[in-house]
Order: sequence, then structure tokens, then C-alpha cells
Amino acid sequence: MKRAWMLAAIAAFALTGAAEAKTLKWGAAREIASLDPYSYGDTFTLSVLNHVYEGLVRYTGDLKIEPALAESWETVSPTVWRFKLRQGVKFHNGNPFTADDVVASLERVTNDASPLKGNLPAYKSSKKIDDYTVEIEVNGPYPLLLNDLTNIFIFNKAWLVANNSLLPTDSGKGVKGYATDNANGTGPFIVESRRADAKTVYVKNPNWWDKPQHNIDTIEFLPIASASTRVAALLSGEIDFTNVAPLQDLPRLSASPEVKVLQTNELRTVIFALNLKDTLFESDVKDKNPLKDIRVREALYRAIDIDAVQKRAMRGLSRNTGALIAPAIPGYEPSQDVRLPFDLDGAKKLLAAAGYPNGFSFQMNCQSDGLVNEEEFCQAVASMWSRAGLRPNLSLGPRSQQTPKRVKGEFDVISFGWANEPMIDAYSILIQVMRSKSGSGGVFNWGNWGDPRIDALIDKAGVELDNSKRIPMMMEALKIAKTEHLFIPLHQQPMAWAMRNTVAATVQASDNKPRLWLTTMK
Amino acid sequence: MPAFLFKRLLNAAGVMLAVAFLAFLIFRFVGDPVELMLNEQASQAQRDELRIRLGLDKGFVLQFATFVGNALHGDFGISYRNQQEVFTLISERFPATFELVLVATFLSLAVGIPLGVYTAIKRDSLMAKFLQFVSVLGVSLPSFALGILFILLFSVTLQWLPAFGRGQVVQIGWWSTGFLTPSGRLALILPGITLSLFQITLVMRLVRAEMLETMRTDFIRFARARGLTLRAVHFRHALRNCLMPVITVTGLQIGNLIAFALVTETVFQWPGMGLLFVQAVTFVDIPVMAAYLIVVSFIFVSLNTLVDLLYAYVDPRLREDAISGAANAR
Repeated sequence: MKRAWMLAAIAAFALTGAAEAKTLKWGAAREIASLDPYSYGDTFTLSVLNHVYEGLVRYTGDLKIEPALAESWETVSPTVWRFKLRQGVKFHNGNPFTADDVVASLERVTNDASPLKGNLPAYKSSKKIDDYTVEIEVNGPYPLLLNDLTNIFIFNKAWLVANNSLLPTDSGKGVKGYATDNANGTGPFIVESRRADAKTVYVKNPNWWDKPQHNIDTIEFLPIASASTRVAALLSGEIDFTNVAPLQDLPRLSASPEVKVLQTNELRTVIFALNLKDTLFESDVKDKNPLKDIRVREALYRAIDIDAVQKRAMRGLSRNTGALIAPAIPGYEPSQDVRLPFDLDGAKKLLAAAGYPNGFSFQMNCQSDGLVNEEEFCQAVASMWSRAGLRPNLSLGPRSQQTPKRVKGEFDVISFGWANEPMIDAYSILIQVMRSKSGSGGVFNWGNWGDPRIDALIDKAGVELDNSKRIPMMMEALKIAKTEHLFIPLHQQPMAWAMRNTVAATVQASDNKPRLWLTTMK
Repeated sequence: MPAFLFKRLLNAAGVMLAVAFLAFLIFRFVGDPVELMLNEQASQAQRDELRIRLGLDKGFVLQFATFVGNALHGDFGISYRNQQEVFTLISERFPATFELVLVATFLSLAVGIPLGVYTAIKRDSLMAKFLQFVSVLGVSLPSFALGILFILLFSVTLQWLPAFGRGQVVQIGWWSTGFLTPSGRLALILPGITLSLFQITLVMRLVRAEMLETMRTDFIRFARARGLTLRAVHFRHALRNCLMPVITVTGLQIGNLIAFALVTETVFQWPGMGLLFVQAVTFVDIPVMAAYLIVVSFIFVSLNTLVDLLYAYVDPRLREDAISGAANAR
């Protein structure tokens, strides 16, 4: 053991020696899919790569859109946007950033083979006006282009050409990607080395165009899948920061004098969505669907004791909600956040009035690895509904098993979480979840819960460029969904980060994305 | 012998094909990668497009035939998740798993054999009884619990050993090794012990049983009667006669260790094949899952076949029986 002590001493010495060059060791819950931001439509991968690559615009720490690689923009016509690009920006390999890079990147990301195509749904074409001006044309009037562009990162065209990567990686054609393992962005950090599943090292970009607010020289990105190992690594000082601190370990982490816990609520709102087709999927009521009766839906709502759910299942950390979107999302209205009170007798009366004095059975589909403590809150709610006289059959399984059933509509009630990311606008849940199934809308309308009045409002809001008119339309649509109890809201789920006292300050926004370029170390 | 060889290899190929089929059948019902690959904003058309691009719209038989055909060329397709060749992904992870298994095997022999000998010779001593008792614990304690316990003790409380990862590795060609750096060797200790504990008890109990058996034979009695030292009797004569089954079992267990490494790798974030598989499951990355199962089964089947062939070479009776079909009857 002498040897181990010596090594520990050497390591400690190395750490103090490295105090001038500040290294932040980031223990994440999982590895990112690749270094190519267009290879996988995953918010977490994009948020990590945002340290390397940047978009034309970006979100501030409080989720407002601000200029990044574009300095300013205007709409030339309802369908054409003109962007003035920032001058003097250099890619990590030294190449200057120009309009060609923007056009090539937009073409790459919207290529048919690109998994990220859906992140820029309105894109039609783009063209270079001069070296620092680009025009983007959209399919029709589209108010959310800037929101979408926050997640479209800009590549260097010359670098893509030199490495035969102008097109996205494509498994079908066997196109392997240079960009999968190599990176060249404009962002605050440069990829120095990468070993997937083990360690990726990012070093500070000394030539970053923006004034750095961080003092980090090196980031070591260390994926640690097992929650208890991650907690142990944080307690033992092997990592400085984790963006996924397990809820059950928070008291233990807070108790350690060297660790600080940052806890808040996510953008993701958790609701129960209902099967509103003509018949139930699995029930003793065969000929009709009781859930189509608003009294039954209200009874389900009133039978949930949300405070008990919060206390028992969510360890007191969730934020109870009556609204279908989180406060930070444009379209939120505080008056919609008021819940129906918990009222068990009222629920029983409503059920009796609807013709089900003895309740009915139905299937409840929940995931064991989806939302935060999903198993726990589903079990809690199922028992509450049983108390109201209903007979829920809880089907629990991993996400990969439950998802196909959900997509096919084989459920009566599902737990469902929607964060409105990467758009950060209520239009996301409206068009994708609430809209009746049509060409582009209602992809997640799995239970046939569409309403013509809501559809009309969504379609109008989708082409309205003026936010002062657009947002009230969305609020109106959400209000109809609320008064009809089309969904039963539960809470915004909790999120927790934890850091050692080596980290002085960071910005934690409710989109759950670490922004280490806004993080300082001691 | 050639007939036997042919028959045995045909057997192995049949098993492999069955494994491939089962693997594929299971994954067919695991889930839908499309839903997990696209994000909230993707439209239905994009979903359908991706399904076609991944070949998921084709019939099951066609998908399976393509899969087997490609696998024979060592081509397991491209990972749905990170668009890299699955074979490259697995071969990159193989060294990590192999080194871990190597350490575990070494530990199981280095610790298991002496303990087995000890508990056999001093079978009535308190210490031997205690060891027997502890070995039951070792078998019944799940390795993830043990791993977490080790981490709590040696990483969090004592801060002697790293809780996760492989430390610094050195790249030699396509092989990455942790043996050559101090941090790499330190990182091997906890997962190595965790993985080997079951193995240690297995070897210990096997050696003990074989030793007890051998000690009762006439040949040992004669050795004693000849006045040889106890040491010589135990180690030169008795132990030597026990080693053959130990080596066989150890060889066969390598396959098991590779498979069991999955749990240990998850606990210690050991970047090996097991971890790759666990992540593939989370993302329904069917090509990676299928390839992993096939690679691991291939190792199993090869080891078994090799042992069978060696045994047949040593003992001619076996191959006669195998050809006449009586092997199963014994």
C-alpha cells in the first residue's frame, strides 16, 4: 500500500500544481453519440457539442435568444430571413468563418440522410449574398426559425470538403464520417482527444471571438453510467461536476462539506395522456370509451392527490403544475397553472353521474427508465385511482419496450413528458402532440385527442410572425385543452446538478444544459 | 478423426446460427430504434424515411438473411446510434474487456489454488472452515453489490483507488493497454477483484474437492509410505494431479467471465464490450446488440469446441462414441 500512498501523494501534488491550469472533470450519465452534431437528434449530445460548435444564434443563461455567429438579422419578406454574420471569427483549425460555411452547414443538416433534418423543419434553401451575409428561405411564414437555429451548429466548408464530409454520415450508403471522430468548430473549447466511453478532453480556445466568462483551461468529459459510481466519484474528488445527480442521493451529497447541490425544475412537464379513441384498449367496458366523457376525465384529475405524489414519489422535489407547459416556455400563462383541487368524493360523484358508479378497468402504460421516478409516481396515481373506484392495470416496462405500444396507440393512459426542446416554445407541444394527425402535425398524437378548435389555432399560430399575436393564439389553444381536461397535468420534473467546491459558480437553466463557458472555478 | 472434426465443427456452426437467429428474434421485439433516434421535433415523414434507411421496413426473414450474410464477412453493419461500423466499435472495446478478464483469471488461479490446497490439507482447522464459509458468501454476493461496496470503501472513504474508468492507456497498434501505466494498473485492481471473486471461490472449491479425492488414492498413500515430505506429497504429487480439471474449467470460464464482465463494467464504467452492450440496449442499437451476442457466443463455442477436440485427441474413446452417437448416453 506504500506505493498507493505515494501515488496518491503524487496525484495530490499534481493537482495542486495544476491549480493554475484549471481542469474541470465532468462526470456525465452517458456518452455523447459522436462528435458530429448532425449525427443524432439528441438534446444532450448537442448540449455537449455546443462547447465546440456554435450556431448563428444561441440561448443565454436565462433562455433568451442572443446573437452568436450572426450579429443581426431581419426578415426581407415573410419567407426570407437575412443574417449578417460576425466578422473575424476563426475555426479551430484557423480557417476564417464566412457565408460559405453557413450555406454548406445548412445544406448538410437538411440533407435527406441527416437525422437532424427535423430540427430545421421550415428550411427551403439558403444563399450567400456576400462573404458576411446569408439569406435563408423558409417554406412559408415561420416564426420559430431563430429558435431552431440555436441548435444548428456551423461547420467549416473547406474542412468538410477536405475530409469528404459535405454530406451527413449515412448508414444506408455506407458513408463513414470523418466528422464522427474529429471536430472543427468555432466554440469556446477545442476537442483535444477522445476515447469513447472513457474520456474526452476539451481545451480552451484561446482565439474565441467572445469574451470568455469562464476560467477553465481543460474540460475532461467522463461518462459514468452507474449512478452510485458517479456519486462515489464526486464524493472522492475524481470528478468536479455532474449534470445528473440522482435524486435519492441528494441528501447524502448535500451532507458532504465539499459538495454543493444545485436543484431546480426542468422544462419538461409530465402529464397523463388519455386514449380518446372510440373504444378503450383493454377494459371491461367494451362498447364505448368512458374517457371520452369529460366528467370521467375530471374525475381522474380530481382523484389525484398531487401533494402526496410530490411528497411520496418525487421526494418533495417536483413542481406541481396545472398548466401543460413550464413557466419558462413562451405560451405559459399563470392562470392556467391552477390545478383542480384534490377531491375524492367529488371524483366518485362525477364517475357515478357519468354512469360508472362501480368504475371500470383500463390499462396504464408507464416506463421504468423514462421520466424522473416514473415508476413511483405511476404506482402512486394508480393506487389513488383505485381508491376512487377505478381499476387501473399498470403496465410497467423499459422505454424501449413501451414506446412501440405507445406509438401504436395500445394504451388507455400513458405517462408523458414534453420539454418543448430544442425549440423552447409552446408551438412544439401544440404541433407535435396536440394537433390532430395530419401531414406534418400530430406525430405524437397517439391517443386521438385532437380538437378542431385547437387545430385551427395551431395552424394560425404556425404562420404568424408577430409574437404579440402568435403567443395569445397558443395560450388560447392550451386553454381549450385545459378546460376540456384532454390531458391530466402532474408536475415539472426535478433536475439536480452537483459540484465540488473546486467549482465556484455555474449557470443552471431549466433546459438542463450545462454551459461551462459560463462556469468559473476556484 | 477427420469425421469427428467435421462433425464437431458442423455442430459449432449450427449453434452459432441458432444464436444469431435467437438474438435477432429477441431484438425484433425489443423496441423501435426510430422513436429513440429522432427528437421531439421530427415529423412523421422523417420517421418513415429513417425506418426505410435503416432497413426496418423489410421483412424479418430478409433482414435476418442480410444480417447472417454480412456477419460471415465480419460485417455487422453500422451502429444506429453513432453511425460507426459495429465491428470497429467492438474491436476497440475488446482489449479493455480482455485485460480485465486476464487479471480476473490470474487472480482466481493465484488466490484460488493455494486456498483450495489449504482447505483440503487442513480441512478440520477453524481457518479452513472459515474460508469455506466466506467462499459461500463470495458465490452468493452479486458482483454489482460487491463492486459498489469496494468503491465506497477504497475510493470514497480511503481514496486509494479510482472508482471508475481505465486510467491512462497506451496504444499499441489497435490494442490499447492499461498494463503499462501506473494509473492503468491501479484502475485494474477493483474491477479485477470484483470480477474474479466468484472465480476464486470456484477454483478454490474445485481444487479442494479434487485434492480430497486424490489424497485418498493409493498412489498418495504409497508416496507417504515412501517417506516423502508432506510438502512434496501435497504439491508435487497431489496438486499436480488436480490441475488438469482446474485448467479446463478455467479455460471454459473465460467465456463466462467475458459475459459476466458486463455487470462489473457497468459498475466501474470500464470501457469494454459489456458497457458497449448495455448502452446499445438503452438505445435499441440492434446491430451492436446482435454483434455483441454473436461475438460472445463465438468465444464460448470456440472454447468449447477446442476443449472437445483436445479431449478427443487425448482420449480416442470419445471420438468413436461421438461418431456412433453414444457420447450423449454416458
